[in-house]
Amino acid sequence: MANYSELTLNGLWKNNPALVQLLGLCPLLGVTNSVVNSLGLGLATIFVLFASNSCVSMIRNVTPAEIRLPAFVMIIAAAVTCTELLMQAYAFEMYEILGIFLPLITTNCVILGRADGFACKNSLPAAAYDGLIMGLGFALVLFLLGAARELIGTGAIFANMDLIFGAGAAEWKWVLNKDYPQFLLAVLPPGAFILTGLLIALKNIIDNRIAKVQLARSAPAEKTSKRVRVTGTIT
Amino acid sequence: MPLVQITSPHAHTSQSTSSVMMLVAIATLPGIAALTIGFGWGTLTNIVLSIIFALALEAGAVRLRKQPIGFYLRDNSALVTAILLGIALPPYASWWIILTGMFFAIIIAKHLYGGLGYNPFNPAMVGYVVLLISFPVEMTRWAAPLELVSELGTSGVSKPTLIESFGIALRLIELPTIDGFTMATPLDLLRQNDALMISDLKQTYPQFGAQGGLVWEWANLGFLIGGLFLLYRKIYTWHGPVSMLVTLSLLAAIFYDGGSSNSGGSPMLHLFSGATMLGAWFILTDPVSSAVSNKGRIIFGSGIGALIFIIRQWGNYPDSVAFAVLLMNFAAPLIDHYTQPKTYGHS
Repeated sequence: MANYSELTLNGLWKNNPALVQLLGLCPLLGVTNSVVNSLGLGLATIFVLFASNSCVSMIRNVTPAEIRLPAFVMIIAAAVTCTELLMQAYAFEMYEILGIFLPLITTNCVILGRADGFACKNSLPAAAYDGLIMGLGFALVLFLLGAARELIGTGAIFANMDLIFGAGAAEWKWVLNKDYPQFLLAVLPPGAFILTGLLIALKNIIDNRIAKVQLARSAPAEKTSKRVRVTGTIT
Repeated sequence: MPLVQITSPHAHTSQSTSSVMMLVAIATLPGIAALTIGFGWGTLTNIVLSIIFALALEAGAVRLRKQPIGFYLRDNSALVTAILLGIALPPYASWWIILTGMFFAIIIAKHLYGGLGYNPFNPAMVGYVVLLISFPVEMTRWAAPLELVSELGTSGVSKPTLIESFGIALRLIELPTIDGFTMATPLDLLRQNDALMISDLKQTYPQFGAQGGLVWEWANLGFLIGGLFLLYRKIYTWHGPVSMLVTLSLLAAIFYDGGSSNSGGSPMLHLFSGATMLGAWFILTDPVSSAVSNKGRIIFGSGIGALIFIIRQWGNYPDSVAFAVLLMNFAAPLIDHYTQPKTYGHS
């Protein structure tokens, strides 16, 4: 029986695909120059991870170990093709913007990694949930990066949201300052590298703080002894 | 009878990082003077603002890293980085350009890699390249030489005084936008040129001087003098700068072809325009990010010289010292690996 709260914690924080496993860096760096692009790719990745994890888990007992990887890749490619066709039908402009990165989801290591590392050893509900949460963890990092890069790079955020959420979302765009000069570095791939590094550093800082607090909570128990002994130890 | 045993080397120098950096800072003065006389107070405002931001950022970064602030501020390395970036920026650069550049130079390029001595790239050049890529419009607007400002007689453009210059740098006073206050540099003209022979080019545009660009030749001469002073004080060896200048001149001589419209300017034009001398004597000599051995420094310098010429001649940017230095910084560990001097007695 899978522990769902642990799966959640793993996918979103402890074993986050983008910040800890550092998988799928290519789309992470290539697409996240605006919130709308990040969300588009994030949603597509969540869908593909969910579908591929579920299918892999369903056929896990009938797939010989020797040919499991080609089988997984076929499943993933099928899921990606479905996503592509769906996007072409319902969000064509988004499909155009994401371009090559959409079919490239097939080669995203997160997806094959979860298929081989988790889905093929676990039951359907657990595998499906893991796919959903891992995808969400990845999409969250995409969203954060996209937001930071769009804000730093162009001085505005949530531009062109109508590409995903329909015409009503066109007014979501929020402009920081009209005179903001374009900071091109943040929009170019080097900015993605730098910001990803900073995000990872931020996560490590938070982890260190948490570890320190936990250490401080568990430590005092030993110091309660009232005996004063200056030298030597009792053996 | 003293019983303290000291191992060799017994000879030592009194040069500390702090005094070396101070000498480097002093050696930039002739070049800065030439730039200030030629282009107005803009270079000076750049440098002053750079130093203020650099020291503040350095203090902040050192404090965050829980290191002694006074000790690191006194090593003068942030000062030199600030001066070099201030010289490289177009005169009258606005304060936020300088702050962004200094942030990338001090925080990203130096302290994130572990502070002074651990930075694989020259901090000032990282700051400059970040700015050049991010703000192409502001970064390619170089002030016109003062004597041409009066010569062209453009109305409304007064030569800003020192106080006015600070006002412009802080953007309290609007930068004069009238043509004639800013002007294409000689290397810009060379880059855009596609129809004129070099001699015609020089006659058409007053920005060219006797050898390099107007003002630029004096600035380069100033940096050359500063560099020779540092060489005399044994701050660095001749290998890096000389091999860079020789490579650049050789390539320029090969592709000069007597000055047709396709050629890239004479060796003298290349040596005395743009950031050539600043790069040779102050930037590629950075002891941290360059190659270590003498042989390695020759390869390092030649590589930079070749890259400068290649990018100036066939690239998209008119000047390329920063790109060339950063590219060769990448290669420095590799050069060090293959030029490691053999220990005596080992073959």
